[in-house]
Amino acid sequence: MTIDWNAFTPWPALIGGVLIGIAVAMFVLLNGRIAGISGVLGGLLMPRRGDIGWRVAFVAGLVAAPLLYQLFFGPANTHIDAGFGTLAAAGFLVGIGTRYGSGCTSGHGVCGLSRLSPRSLVATLTFMAVGFATVFVTRHLLGA
Amino acid sequence: MVVVLTALLAGLVFGWGLLISGMAQPTKVLAFLDLAGRWDPSLVLVMVGAIAVGSLAFAVARRRKKSLLGLDMRLPTTRIDRSLVVGSTLFGIGWGLVGLCPGPALVALGTGQAKAFVFVLAMLVGMGVFEGLEQRRARRAPSQA
Repeated sequence: MTIDWNAFTPWPALIGGVLIGIAVAMFVLLNGRIAGISGVLGGLLMPRRGDIGWRVAFVAGLVAAPLLYQLFFGPANTHIDAGFGTLAAAGFLVGIGTRYGSGCTSGHGVCGLSRLSPRSLVATLTFMAVGFATVFVTRHLLGA
Repeated sequence: MVVVLTALLAGLVFGWGLLISGMAQPTKVLAFLDLAGRWDPSLVLVMVGAIAVGSLAFAVARRRKKSLLGLDMRLPTTRIDRSLVVGSTLFGIGWGLVGLCPGPALVALGTGQAKAFVFVLAMLVGMGVFEGLEQRRARRAPSQA
């Protein structure tokens, strides 16, 4: 393993992480909910009465985030390298996988680990390990 | 109405956290997942920062039956089963292929990129397939639903 110290951005990472933690804290302390993005979004596909507004609002906040970010920090860098075919396949896997697994990086990785949930630890270790393995295969075995 | 406003604000703050931390940059996420290449450890600190604040919040939330706005605390308790592991595996493959998970995908959508649109659309299709299969399963075994 070679650490890329030039790419390492400890302060923005830590400050951004704290902001994510603040969002999670607001959501659970005020709304009584886990800020799990796949769960909030997935719940909109089979909407129940009285359960739609806050989901739409949370998703809208995420989508609107770069617009307000630009006013203070300049253009938001979210450049995507992957091609359209890969994006469609990966998006499908992320959609179905996070729903079967009951969570993603936010619900299991941040919220679940914050409340010491054993099943979130299992889920997080699983998708992390598979993520590492997938990048190893695509970058080092297939050389894509 | 207040609940909707707090959800909107939480979404915005979450999105800014993703943008500032670098979690919304697929290239940075892939550099973190590339242990055998030139590894960028930044995202470890994103998790450290988020969990440090999150664990304080959940320590408080755990002791309450109602949220500060008077809503029921909904903290899920489900088991570790096969679907948890299979689902997380499928998610890990998709995440490792492009470096996007659901939150950063929605943030990227807000920048108006066509590629983010394709990813989010495919993600919604995947979630829809899950809902369809679950409904069919529930109809077949109504006693377990």
